[in-house]
This record gives sequence, structure tokens and C-alpha cells, in this order.
Amino acid sequence: MSSRETVLRRIRQATADLPRDPTPTPRSYLRHAPTVAPGDQDGVLALLIERLTEYGAEVRRVADADLSVAVAHALAAARSAVAPAGLPDAWLAQWYGLVRRDAPPLTPAELDATDAVVTTCAAAIAESGTLVLDGGPGQGRRAPTLLPDLHVCVVRESQVHSAMPEAIGRLDASRPLTWISGPSATADIEMIRVQGVHGPRRLTVLLVP
Amino acid sequence: MSKTFMGWPTFPKAAETATADEQLRANVRRATHTIRTKRAALVEERPDWQDLRDTAAALKDDVLAHLDTYLEQIEEKVTAAGGTVHWAADADEANRIVTGLVRDTGESEIVKVKSMLTEEIGLDGALEAAGISARETDLAATIVQLGDDLPSHVVVPALHRNRSEIRDIFAREMGKHGRPAPEDLTDEPEELAEAARLHMREKFLKAKVAVSGANFMVAETGTLCIVESEGNGRMCLTLADTLISVVGIEKTVPTWQDLEVYLQLLARSATGERMAPYTSTWTGVTDGDGPRAFHLVLVDNGRTRALADPVGRQALRCIRCGACMNICPVYERTGGQTYGSVYPGPIGAILNPLLKGADDPQTASLPYASSLCGACNEVCPVKIRFTDVLLKLRHDVAEGDAKVKHRAEKVALKAVEGVMDRGPLWNAAVKAAGTAGRLLPKDMNLPGPLHGWTDSRALPDIPKESFRSWWKRTEGGTK
Repeated sequence: MSSRETVLRRIRQATADLPRDPTPTPRSYLRHAPTVAPGDQDGVLALLIERLTEYGAEVRRVADADLSVAVAHALAAARSAVAPAGLPDAWLAQWYGLVRRDAPPLTPAELDATDAVVTTCAAAIAESGTLVLDGGPGQGRRAPTLLPDLHVCVVRESQVHSAMPEAIGRLDASRPLTWISGPSATADIEMIRVQGVHGPRRLTVLLVP
Repeated sequence: MSKTFMGWPTFPKAAETATADEQLRANVRRATHTIRTKRAALVEERPDWQDLRDTAAALKDDVLAHLDTYLEQIEEKVTAAGGTVHWAADADEANRIVTGLVRDTGESEIVKVKSMLTEEIGLDGALEAAGISARETDLAATIVQLGDDLPSHVVVPALHRNRSEIRDIFAREMGKHGRPAPEDLTDEPEELAEAARLHMREKFLKAKVAVSGANFMVAETGTLCIVESEGNGRMCLTLADTLISVVGIEKTVPTWQDLEVYLQLLARSATGERMAPYTSTWTGVTDGDGPRAFHLVLVDNGRTRALADPVGRQALRCIRCGACMNICPVYERTGGQTYGSVYPGPIGAILNPLLKGADDPQTASLPYASSLCGACNEVCPVKIRFTDVLLKLRHDVAEGDAKVKHRAEKVALKAVEGVMDRGPLWNAAVKAAGTAGRLLPKDMNLPGPLHGWTDSRALPDIPKESFRSWWKRTEGGTK
């Protein structure tokens, strides 16, 4: 007998006393952030900003027309930045650093030697201060948002959901997703929070209408 | 060889050493109190916390009742997405499979994402025996590995170490395995984290093979999910050419949407955060992004044994948040290594005997590593009734193998059997079978939600002869 069959047989034996019919699951938890009324999008945006700021991320609300200036400002200390496929060229027009395209794919060593990355996102979740990247246009593959030390992420207001249950159903599970809630951090040494262990140490979020 | 818990003394014996270690107790106390305070504040802000717990428990019960179907579904979805699924009935088989897969790549150094299961099965040792060096990448797991130490907590495995101990380990060991720590390394947490960043970055950039566990596996989609803080997980999941995920069969959740329940519970319970900094989800392989080969090793290793226990099977709901150990008055005084397993604390006290059987003195001593105060029941995000399982297991021990059973113990536990159906079992059970009671100050206040309980009540009397002395006198119940 293969191990597959062994394990499945053991499971069937172990659960022989349990009813086979599915039992209804209670689902009375909230679908939205507890402190924001459903439909209050201003409240949702304010909560996202509050939560991201708490994580130590820098958050700025920017008009579309000012985005290129805001990106240049966010990248002020960076000499090089990755621009994933699908990121509008205009966003980087005011910045004079080295723009690296990820095509052909940059090697890990090249990414490691790059200061920053600019991306869009697939969704944001206000209640937990989370940005979700799914590899779509302007986001690229996962490695470029991992090795450079600064991640600048442009979020559209319409992409911001109140809480996890509202967002997750809109995401495509078949894509590799990265859910980012503040910069890389650890509390492994005496429970003291240290920002930036292996991932980017700085996260800047530009929130546009 | 990597250090393991093989041949570890029984809980009462190990506790004797641990409780005498003032530094250890101070380290554990600081860590558990910090996390439990943060957790309590974040749970407070969710008016629907109990609803989330109810759903999380019900979903896991559904998973356990239909685990065969869900696993077949996972296999089908992962395979369709370009992954390869392997089944391992026990630890040896899992280790053989992973070792074989690494050998096939020709690599002799691989990187790992912290995984309780790979520690449970002793994967590092098996790889080492095959000439493969597996480097841990999580900061705490790195501290444990470099220090040739054992983990003492499921979330923060090095919580028993303080900063100066960590500095010494880094200064002494890092150079033996790659980039050395800076000459002038101090014990500032920022500097220690930076040393780990530089040491590991070198390894991430050249790693061809990564081994991980998983927090969740979604049956509906075949998606795996890893929650972490540092980014070491993302490095392994993204930069390696070959990813091998070794996952316990109970990590299953039914649907993609169901992750919304666990992702809202896990970080709050584990670290007192709303979400951990990084959550990664992936399904098989993706063209042009991440590993080109993905292997999923589904591991039983005693889980079906636990599943067959009608009372104990609820322990398989566990999502390894560690909230039970952070709240536990026994864990706080003994630390985690005392439990002789990578699963310490209340969950370890029930999970180890359920997985391995309670027929050797070490696992048989674990169900007694509790005062039955029930604080773990209250904080568990998946509503495991620890005290019910502890009493059931004590009963099994008393009824069990001659090596561990003891007549007096048997009599005492018969009494426990009676109270199980009738409710207020605290006093009788602790009096009859208590062990940790001796470690607790009489006027101690229970933390968190049970604070009110101890405000109006004194802890019950502690038996004249402790379990520890009984154990010693009777040589583990054999006399």
C-alpha cells in the first residue's frame, strides 16, 4: 500500500465515528472594520493611514497630477529603483536616479544592489494596514519588492477595503500574493521591536484618488 | 548532529532544573507578559472576537471530519498548478522524501523557513546525515541553531535567551557558517538584527533550494500560506529555484475565503499584531515568478493517531499561535524546553501524547504539566478545550501501559473521570492529580480574562505530596 493510501485509510478509520454530512458553519463575525460604518469610505481611508503610520510606514495623500513629484520625493535618498512592467513611465519622470526595468529579469544580486522599488498594488485593507500585491501590471514579480531596502507603493482609494473579509474574495488565489503590513520587523530579541530584518526597512505609501 | 529532544527527561524532572534557573524564568516571564499584554489589547478592539473563534473552530472540525476528501482536493489542485505532492506516513518517510528531493538538485546547502513540523520530524539532522547543511533563516531560529540549542516556544523559539547571550552566540558562531558577525558587535537588538540580516542575505542570494512549512493549505484552490515578520520567509519562497514545503495534514482549511477567519485570528493571538508584516500565498508554480519546482510533502506522523481520539482530536485545530503558552502559569515558570518537544506549553502537554502515544514516561508526564486553571481555554483562537483533553489523557495514562501506571494515580484519576461530566472539576482534579500546583504561589492572580476569577477565589490547596516527589519516589510510577 502506498503512503498516500495508508494516510487516507488511517483518516477514514479515525473519523468513522463522525457524521459525513457537512455541518453548517456559524459566520457572525464582522465583514468590515469594527470602528468604521459600512459604506464610510472616508473613514476607511483614514483608518488605513492610521494603521500604516502605526507600523512606521510613511503615508502621503497625493493628487494624480502631483504623483510624479511625490514619487521623486519618496525616492530622494535612492540612487536606483526597480520599475516593474506596467508601471506608468510618467510616475518616474521627475526623478533623476537610475531606473531599472525587470526585463530580462534582474538577478538577485542586481536587485540586492538596487536601492528602491516602485509598485502599484492589487488591494489594500484598512483595518490591518495591509497592502496586497498579486503580480499584476505595475507590481511585477515578488523578488523586486523584497531585496531593495525601500518600497514605494501607489494605492488607489478605490482599492482600499475596510477589512479582510471584503478584500479576500476579490483576490485571485491562483496568483502568488504578498500581503504586506508594514516594514519587515522582528521582536525576537527580548521582545524589542526592530524594524527591518530581511525585507525592506522602509515602506512609503502614496494614496491617490 | 543537530540537537534534538531525544531522550529528554520527564516534565517534573526537567522542571526541577528549569525552575531553579532565575535568568531563564526572568527571560520567559518578560517575553510571555509582553506578548499577552499586546494580545489582550488587540483582542479587545474586536467586538466579534468570539464569533471569529466560533467560526475558526467549526471550520477546523469540518476539516478534520472530511480530511481525506480535502487532502485529495489539495493534491489535485497543487498538481494541476504544476506542483508535485508527496505523502509521508511518518517522520522517517518525510525526511527520506525531502533528503531525496534535495539530493536530486545536487545542492549541499539549503535555506529554511522556520517550521515546527520540520523540527518535529528532525529534518535538519536527517539532512546533515546526508551531507546537506540546512540553515535556518528566521532570526530566533538562527539563534537556536547557531547556539546548538533547542526551541522553547512555537512563535519565538529563542525567548529564553537574552541579548547578551545572543550577542555571544553570534560573535562565536556566525563565522563558522558564513559571513561573521562584525568585530565590534554589541548587544543592542538593532545591531544583532543587522548582523543577522547581513549573514543571511549572503545565503539568500545564492540559495537554490528552500524548505518551508505552511500555516495553512487551502483545499479549494491548493494554495499554501505562510505568515511571518522578517521577510526571511519571502526570501526562501521567492528566490530559490526549488521549494519544498513540508506540511502537517491538519493545516488544511476548506476555502480561500476561509483564510479571512484565520488571518484575522493568527497574528493577534501570536504576537499581538493585527497582521504580521508579511503573508505569502502561492499555488503550485508561476511562470516567471519564484521557484520553478514546487514539492508539497503531506505529513501524518501521528496526526491520524490524534484524530482517532474523540476528545483529543480538537488539538489538531491548533494554528500554532502560542497564545496558550504565553498565558500559562506553568510555562511561565518552567519555560518551553521542559516539555521535551518542539511543542511546549498547554498545546504541547496535549499534542505530544496524542501524536506519539502516552506510553512512555516522558509523554505520559505531560498531561500533568498543568494546574488545570483553564486560562489556555480562554485565549485559544480555535477554542481547544485544553482542560478536557488533559483530563482525558490523564485517564489514558492511568489506564495505560504498566511502565507508567500507578495504582494510586489510577484511583485519583477515577475520581477525575467522575467530575468530567459534572462540571466543577478544578479542586478535585488538581488535588487528585496536580503537579504544577507546587510551582504556583498561593495568592497568584491569573492573567487576562481569568483575572476576575482569582480576585474572588484562592487557588486550591496543593496536594501534600507533589507529583514530582511521587514520581521520584516511585521512579516514574514503576515502583
